[in-house]
Parts: sequence; C-alpha cells; structure tokens
Amino acid sequence: MTDSLLAGELPLPPRPDYLRHGSTVWSWLSTTDHKRIAILYAVTITIFFFLGGAAITAVRLELFQPNGWLMTSDSYNKLFSFHGIIMVWFFLVPSIPNTLGNFLLPLMIGAPDVAFPRLNLFSWYLTIAAGAFTVYALVAGGVDTGWTFYTPYSSMFSNTHVFAAAAGVFVVGFASIATGVNFIATTHMLRAPGMTWFRLPLFVWAIYATSLIMVLATPVLAISLLLVIAERVFGLPIFDPARGGDPILFQHLFWFYSHPAVYIMVLPAMGVVSEIIPCFARRRIFGYDFMVYAMLAIAGIGFFVWGHHMFVSGQSPLASLVFSFLSFIIAVPSAIKVFNWTASLYRGQISFESPMLYALGFVGLFTTGGLSGLFLASIPVDVHVTDTYFVVAHFHYIMVGGSVSAFFAGMHFWWPKVTGRRYPESWAKFAAILMYAGFNMTFLPQFFAGYLGMPRRYHTYPAEFQIYNVMSSAGAAVLAIAYLLPLFYLTWSLFYGGKAGRNPFGATGLEWTTSSPPPPKNFDWQPRIDRAPYDYHAEGMSAGTDPPEMQNAKETQ
Amino acid sequence: MNSLFSLPEASTHAVTVDHIFYLLLALSGATVVLVFGLILLFAVRYRRGSKAKRGPMPEFLGREFEIGWTLATLLTFAFLFWWASSADLSSLAAPPHALEIHVVSKQWMWKTQHANGAREINALHVPLHEPVHLLMSSQDVIHSFYAPAFRVKQDVVPGRDTDIWFEASKTGTFPLLCAEYCGTNHSAMRGEIVVMQPEDYAKWLTRQPEGDDLAHEGAKLFVSQGCSGCHATSSNVHAPRLAGLYGRAVQLADGRTVTADDAYLRDSILQPKRDVVAGFEPIMPSFKGLLDDGEIQSLTAYIRSLGEEPPND
Repeated sequence: MTDSLLAGELPLPPRPDYLRHGSTVWSWLSTTDHKRIAILYAVTITIFFFLGGAAITAVRLELFQPNGWLMTSDSYNKLFSFHGIIMVWFFLVPSIPNTLGNFLLPLMIGAPDVAFPRLNLFSWYLTIAAGAFTVYALVAGGVDTGWTFYTPYSSMFSNTHVFAAAAGVFVVGFASIATGVNFIATTHMLRAPGMTWFRLPLFVWAIYATSLIMVLATPVLAISLLLVIAERVFGLPIFDPARGGDPILFQHLFWFYSHPAVYIMVLPAMGVVSEIIPCFARRRIFGYDFMVYAMLAIAGIGFFVWGHHMFVSGQSPLASLVFSFLSFIIAVPSAIKVFNWTASLYRGQISFESPMLYALGFVGLFTTGGLSGLFLASIPVDVHVTDTYFVVAHFHYIMVGGSVSAFFAGMHFWWPKVTGRRYPESWAKFAAILMYAGFNMTFLPQFFAGYLGMPRRYHTYPAEFQIYNVMSSAGAAVLAIAYLLPLFYLTWSLFYGGKAGRNPFGATGLEWTTSSPPPPKNFDWQPRIDRAPYDYHAEGMSAGTDPPEMQNAKETQ
Repeated sequence: MNSLFSLPEASTHAVTVDHIFYLLLALSGATVVLVFGLILLFAVRYRRGSKAKRGPMPEFLGREFEIGWTLATLLTFAFLFWWASSADLSSLAAPPHALEIHVVSKQWMWKTQHANGAREINALHVPLHEPVHLLMSSQDVIHSFYAPAFRVKQDVVPGRDTDIWFEASKTGTFPLLCAEYCGTNHSAMRGEIVVMQPEDYAKWLTRQPEGDDLAHEGAKLFVSQGCSGCHATSSNVHAPRLAGLYGRAVQLADGRTVTADDAYLRDSILQPKRDVVAGFEPIMPSFKGLLDDGEIQSLTAYIRSLGEEPPND
C-alpha cells in the first residue's frame, strides 16, 4: 500500500496528530494516550541515562590510575553503585518496553490504545516517584552497596542511604509490574480482526514475553528489598547469621528476579532487531515460528538459571550442577535467534541505513556477549572469572552492546513515525559506527583484565592491570561521544528535519499504514489483517533482483 | 608475579581450568568467524542492487535445516556441560590428610592461622606440591577468597564455614584478593600467597613466633570459658561427652540425625537450642558474643583432636 493509494481510498478529514492534539503542559501530564506516555518515558529515561553515564564517566576517569587520583574509595563505591542502580532499573528495564513498546504495541496490533490507559500513565508517575527516591539517595550522600544490595553488608554494615535507594527500586518495580500487566492484557484483548497470534510481529511477541517476566519476577525483587529494609530499619533478624538469619537467602531471592531481569532487558532488543533486519534485507524473517518459540523458551527457562550467579557462594554442588546445565540450555534459543537473523540476510536486497547498522551491531555484540556467557556457565571457569571484569565485560556486551544498540536501532527506525521528521542520515550512520567501535574499545580489554584476575568494584588495583584500564577508559570517551551525538542531531531534526512520509523505509507492519505522526486514536479506519508479518516477498521466494520499490509497485497493482 | 598477557598456572587445578577455557575460546572463535563471516559475506553479496542470484529459496533451507542446527547447538552445549562439570566434580572434595589452614576474614583483612598456631595477616605461606585445605569464616560481611594464579575462589560467609582447597605447583608469590564487594576498602583487602619448598615451609613455620596450636588454644578456652564444667568426663552435669564426637552421626531429640562437623559444632556453641542431642535437656547457654570466630575455630579444633583418640568408654 502506498500513501497515494490510501489517500485515494479514504479522503481523510483534517485532524491533528497526537503531538498537536493539545499542547499545554497539563495535556501532557494528564494524557492517557500511549504514544504521549511513550514520549514522557523517553524523556525521563534519557535523563536517567545521562545521569548514570555521568557517574560512570567519573569512575572510568578514576581508573586511569591504579591507586586513584580523584576521589576517595567511598565516593568511588557510591558512584558505581549509583551507575548500576540507575542504569538497570531506571534506564534498561524501562528502555525499550516503555518507550518503543508503549508507542508501537497498540499500533502494531491495530488497537487504538493499550488496555488500561490510566494504569499506563500511573506507571510513569511511579517511575518518577521512584526516581526521586533514588536521586535523593545520591544527593543526600549516596549509597555504596552496589546495585546488588548484598546482605549482610546492605542490611547491617553500610552506613549510607540504603533505605532511600532500596525504596526507589521497590517503587519502580511496581511501575514495571503495571506495565507488564497492561501489555499482556493489550496483546490478548485488543488485536485487530485477523491479527492471529502467529501473524503478530516479533516485536509484539518480544514485548509479550518480557511482560510475562516482569509480572512474575518483579514481586520477588520487591520481597527481597522489603526484607533488607525490615532488617535494616526495624532490626528484624532475617539475614543476620548471629540471630539465626541467612545472608545467602538474599542472593537467592535477588537473583531469582535479577537473572530474568536480564531477559527483560534483552528480549525487547531482540524484538526490535527482528523488525529491522527483514525491512532492510527485504526478506521474510527466517524461521518465524522458531523465533517465537525461542523467545518464549528464553522467558521460561530464564527463571531457572539464577544459581549460576552463586557458584562460589557456598551453595550445594548439586544445585550448581543443575544451574550450570540449565544455563547451557538457555543459550540454545539465543543461538537459534542469531542463526535466524543471519539467515534472513541470505538472498536479500540489503541496504545499510542507520537502523540496519545499529541492528547488525546488535547481532555482533550480542553474539560476543552470548559466547562469553558459555564461559560463565562452565563451573570451573566461572569460579575463576566470576566477580572479575570478565563478568563486567560479559553483561555489558549483552545489556549495553545488545540492548542499548537495539534501543538506538529502534529509535532511528521509528523516529520518523514517532515525530514525523527525518534525521540527518549521514550523522546517524557515523554515530552507529562510532558506537560499535567505542563499545568494543571499552569492553574488550575488560575480558582480558578479568581473566588475568582483576576483581570488579575495585577502586585501587594491582599496577599490572593499568594498561587494560587505560584502554577501557579511552574507549569509554569514544563511546560517550557516540551516545551524545544522537542527542544533538535527533533534537535538531525535531525542528529542522524534513517531513517524513507514512512509510519512509518501505516496511511492512500496521504502524506504517497510518500517518506520521499517527492521529490520537492511531488509525482512521479499522485495520484488518489477512497475511503473515514480514510480507516482503512471496512465500518460498527471496528478495528477487528488482529494486524493492518496483516490487512494491507490482504488489499493489 | 603476573605478566601483562598471561596468568601463571600455579596450581594443579589451574591447568584443568585453562584447558576448559582454551576449548571454549576456540569454539567461540569459530562461532564468531562463522557468524561474522556469513554476515559480511551476505552484506556484500546481497547488497541492494547487486547482480547476485536471488530467485526462490533453496529447498534445503527449511524446517529440517533449522531443527538440524538447533540439535547441533544443543549437543555441543551438552558436551561442554559434561566436560566442565566432570572437571568440577573431580575437584570438589579436598583430599584426605590435606594440610589444614584456618582463614578468618574481616573488613578489610585476611587472617590466617596454621596448624601449629602460627598466625599471619594478609599473607599465607604454603608448601609446594601438598594439598592445602582452607577452612574459612567471616567476622562481618561476605568476602571472597580469590587466588587468580590458582584459579580458585570461594565466598567467605558470616555464620557459616566454607572451605576451598588447592595444590600449589609453582614456587613464588601470588596475589590474594577479595572478590566480593565488602565495603569502603574492599579493593585494599589484598594479600599474598607464598609457595615454598616443603622443607623451607617447615623451617619457616618453626621460625614463627611461639603460639599455641589451635587445639591447645581450644583446650585452654574449653576450661576458661566453662565448657569443661559440664562436658568434661569428670563432670556431674548430664551433658554429651565430646571425645570421639567429631565426624560421627548424632541422633537429635527431634528425630533428625546430623553429622558432627565444623558447622554443627559451631551451631551448637552459638545456638545450643537448635540441635539438641537425643536424651539431653536443652540446658546449655549460648556463647554468642562471648567467643569470636577465631576462638570458635580453636574450640572446634580441640574437639576434633579429641576425636582422634580412641573412645574412652
């Protein structure tokens, strides 16, 4: 379908798009439009992203010298704790689901909004309240427990603002649960006629699987933090071994949430990439149903691998064996996805616009991060490298190399749809390549430092690791520039960017059939679906040799 | 010491770990070459507008193909699991008659104590080619005993005894690090492990300041803390006898049976009401707060030494 065709079928009455439908501050703060809430979230998490980024900039600067030169150990500990808490709960967890997910889920299934629009707005207010607690913890003097809040340190020994930080994370957990419930209900109840489960775009499946994890795992995080607060504030004996408590109990509860939380962060990223690669390769996604089952398998098995964080904690050797086995098993669906993305390029008509560059960057970094996960699933190797920079590198490859790259991929892909504007493409390409290079410069040396025995969370470190830290800090400077660039050219595009059409990339998917930006209720007609997603060519065919614009023209004739 | 690009393999275990590491490295390398290679190949060959052949997808690229690579991945991972786990299982238990050394961790130092009573701070001397079994406890928060050159790491947890063992295979000085974040000076909680020839180790031990060995220190505490008032053979109080207790199965009043190991003895001293021995009244007071971790280790060592004598009744 092309713009002119649609316009010819349906002469539309003039009506404002969702951005111009009310322009007062109050119209934004009281909005229940999923698209506007997505924007509110986007602004919020951008602020948190740069707050967390500022904290780690100071940390990386400090690590230029093996014995420190800028700050005390206490400040160092508070800065990396703040970085972790902010980045995990206030950026990564809400990043793709609450911005792109919020914006796109109703559009992709042909619905006018999410199932519970007011709950949607409420979850944003919860995020703001939680963020206030956490930022207060920093302003009031900081918290030094690390993002993991391990007991008994957090509950009995740390004399920093553990309560405020834990309260912040506790509250933002409820925002997460509210979002999850909302997205599950939306996917079940609001699909347009003809939108069967196996016609859903993979991004919707990804958001659906993520929501399941959010709803099932986040309550356990709330429980574990509540217990820390109970012991710390009310003196209830829960983790204190001298009074019959068990400090290891906290680790079980914490990782029961926090391992699935890794999949909360990476499944949506997989969804984004699964939309972008077919579009720029002009190919159906390879093995659609396998992709769906792989995501559901990741969401399911993800609940049973938490013990691989605890191989050296003193848990029973049998438990370690079971967790090790399941950790290898969960790598299988991830491998399937990587193979399928690769196979989707086969016989394509591949072009390399910025979203595609970011998406291919995701595949590369996610593959590297995933392979390093195999080392951590092997007990003897994990014992050596756990709690070292090897682990730091591993999870940054997955969560920053993977999720953040995909977040930028999605932001560039749907930016014309969200804002109705085009951004300067050559700047975007440059930023994508710079981000990939800067990321590897920052985190590749950390694998070496970790294997050679540099523990994480070290303010001072043995001098032989200095070279790796200097390389890493230099890379972080490049990465910081790559993260700042989009802030400028995307903001610029809001004012000076060219107008974007309905479907600038020639993509399939319902969101591209409505105007850019979409009207308040998304569609001017009732969408109906009669085909599978990624209908870039006939079943069993490949992209063909004609340029894609001509193919589309042929289809519509 | 460490060089820039390689880590010494200073224990028998280190060699095993590195073998697994190198296999994983080779496999990951092959996968990276395969995936990145294919992506690059397709990106060039099927770039938009290129003349490469497209047309219908080949027959073999179907469901069977997908099931095939899924199974291949699964089998590879199952093999990796089997290999890594069998290495883990074979190194699980310390060999009998390993040299026992006690480690107490606290914010922010390592205290070690040898069998003859010699004590060290942030240092540990061990003999070459002899299995060393470390019995560890923490006085405050969780720490982690990490010796990269030996490829061993074990959290040291308050309120519970953990252990770890290794057999050094190279003489020299190797770093000892705390790997679990433990507060302000976590990164300063470092020490060194000195591996010596066995005869040098023996000489070194005798040169250390005179100190009672753990069991003798425990015997003194046994009297001074009043344990002997009830538990000595001569006592009139109805309390369990301790000779020959260590390592034995103990029948409890609530019907459970436990093994009298370090953890059980420690619990019985600190929380005597928890595991009451069948046939005895729960009359023992708790010694929580009266004994520090080092003293509890001495007492357990004393009780263990009683176990080595033939039972006297």
